[in-house]
Amino acid sequence: MWKWLHPYAKTERAYQLCLTLQPWFWAGALLCLSVGTVWGLAFAPQDYQQGDSFRIIYIHVPSAILSMGTYVAMAIAALVGMVWQWRTAYMSMIAMAPIGAVMTFIALFTGAAWGKPMWGAWWVWDARLTSELILLFLYMGVIALYGAFEDKQQAGKAAGVMALVGVVNIPIIHYSVEWWNTLHQGATISKFDNPSIAPEMLWPLLISLLGFAFFIGAVTTVRLRNEIVLREMHRPWVQALAISQLASKQQVNHSVKGGN
Amino acid sequence: MQFESLADFINMGGYAFYVWLSFGVTFAAMAIIAIQSFIKHRNLLKQVVVEKERKARIKKARQQQQESTSL
Repeated sequence: MWKWLHPYAKTERAYQLCLTLQPWFWAGALLCLSVGTVWGLAFAPQDYQQGDSFRIIYIHVPSAILSMGTYVAMAIAALVGMVWQWRTAYMSMIAMAPIGAVMTFIALFTGAAWGKPMWGAWWVWDARLTSELILLFLYMGVIALYGAFEDKQQAGKAAGVMALVGVVNIPIIHYSVEWWNTLHQGATISKFDNPSIAPEMLWPLLISLLGFAFFIGAVTTVRLRNEIVLREMHRPWVQALAISQLASKQQVNHSVKGGN
Repeated sequence: MQFESLADFINMGGYAFYVWLSFGVTFAAMAIIAIQSFIKHRNLLKQVVVEKERKARIKKARQQQQESTSL
């Protein structure tokens, strides 16, 4: 059933897949992010309580949702690496970690800038905020642990165990607003039968969410290719690729100079 | 359009500082990680070529050494 997936365990196939997906991801990210941002900032109606400050939702909610989504994807990659001993799985795990950390940082920062005018404080030690901060530390822990080992297969295993253990934090973040008394407001869009947001406000939010997802995909493809090149440096196909890539860039430079 | 004028839009109903700070930091952070990834890619490719040339030089030097000792 999963046999079609097996060729992608080979680094060369994975590299090619990244190259194929990359332009679509960048195009989707650019399109959805610009539409979502402009719609959210200029055309969505004002919130009846929060005025225009609610517009921060168009970056806060997508980055917060996807900081958790990226973590789950990273943990799945770690699990695949452990069960099937795929080197490419550990490589994708570590390719996703920095972009996930950036998403978590964005969620925390925009949350602080939204909290200041609405709650009167940049930060409170509330369950939602604290568990999201722990998520940032988990990402940093995975990156640091991976960097601490010379043998990258060992590094992948160690960081993978940490990523898998950290998954327990994901439901804690999600349900923190229900389990504890918290200043943070409840879920907005995950109640699909009865979302607590007007459709004119919801559409740009969903487009923005899609844009963030495309962006994460795009950066992951670049970083996964970096990881493959780093680990397979002595393979002939990587060497041939590096030479042809650098040569084509130099040719572009020459032709530009020739045009002048 | 929800705003009557450009000045109104920039003012964001009095929340200009918080809204523009959020959006600015978000897109700056996204730009930084994207650009860093591409710069790293370029440097890695250069490193691959340098490493390959170094290996070739070592191999050549070994061969020359062997030839001179065998003579």
